[in-house]
Amino acid sequence: MNYVIIIIGAIFVNNIVLSKFLGVCPFMGVSNKVSTSVGMTGAVTFVMVLATIVTWLLQRYVLDPFDIGFMQTVTFILVIAALVQMVEIILKKISPPLYQALGVFLPLITTNCAVLGVALLTVQNEFNLIEGVVFSIANAIGFGLALIIFAGIREQLDLVVVPKGMRGIPIALVVAGLLAMAFMGFTGIV
Amino acid sequence: MNQWKNFSKGFFKENAVFVLLLGLCPTLGVTSSAINGLGMGLATAFVLVMSNLVISLIKNLIPDKVRIPVFIVVIASFVTIVQLTMEAFVPSLYDALGLFIPLIVVNCIILGRAEAFASKNNLVSSLIDGLGMGLGFAMALTMLGAIREILGNGSIFDIRFVPEDASTMLLFILSPGAFIVLGYLIAFINRLNKSKS
Repeated sequence: MNYVIIIIGAIFVNNIVLSKFLGVCPFMGVSNKVSTSVGMTGAVTFVMVLATIVTWLLQRYVLDPFDIGFMQTVTFILVIAALVQMVEIILKKISPPLYQALGVFLPLITTNCAVLGVALLTVQNEFNLIEGVVFSIANAIGFGLALIIFAGIREQLDLVVVPKGMRGIPIALVVAGLLAMAFMGFTGIV
Repeated sequence: MNQWKNFSKGFFKENAVFVLLLGLCPTLGVTSSAINGLGMGLATAFVLVMSNLVISLIKNLIPDKVRIPVFIVVIASFVTIVQLTMEAFVPSLYDALGLFIPLIVVNCIILGRAEAFASKNNLVSSLIDGLGMGLGFAMALTMLGAIREILGNGSIFDIRFVPEDASTMLLFILSPGAFIVLGYLIAFINRLNKSKS
């Protein structure tokens, strides 16, 4: 498997937010300011990569050998929830500045479907561990790219006159649709 | 509390998708046709009702500190049940919904109702709340799916009403269409709610 294909595919062609619709909640929720979306991207990258590694190991060495694949959903979500808690506690102890930057976003990530989605996709695509890590990093970058572009547009959007009924979320969704259209231009690259 | 109000609030006044903006990922991801939207909506409604039921039954047994993990386990169990049942009986729908079935677990509506409603109310109210919220969610997804299918494919519930060689607005079936249609639908529902009150 070619790593470049995985990276380009995950960032541009099948962008996790705009084409796979994973992680739309934080995409709409924290995209008011560029600075908060940078923080969110950092936190998501961190958790996504860790979660992919841990769930991959679990799938390979626990779920598959014992043939209990039906426990996948339950195990994965519990592992991710526990992982987020642990990361929060460890960060608080060893790196207060990093905790300051990412802390508020961490609890939100448990219910971010992007993290569970990437973990499940890694298993579904039968990636090996290194491919899985590359895939999760690329997806995190794709998430960050979409989020930061969108936040930039929304900051501008505050300054323009929008019809009354469309103010707020509706116009943001239409803008996201236009952004998705732009990303459709990458279709067929890989 | 008036039970009818409790049931009906999920449809317009507190609709999970249009007003609370929860569960947007499956809303956008699976609604390329009305039938997919309905299937996803009903699957989510089932999980919501069952998890509300169980959580309102065991709410007094759960220590406050570990309540979220307990809720997640309950929800994940029901999602697994739905997943296996769909794989066995409606494999075509299972394939169409794909990744979004296990992702019902992280649908914020379900955890949100568990935390905000079922853990504080009795069995009957929780059941009715789950049913109303779940059907409201299913309604939203079906509406979105139907609009996208009509515009993008010229059909509804797989019944085609335009000539075979007619060109349709494919864009609405693709990902940008999801965002755009939802944006206009939310604006419309907001308007409707405002004129009512």
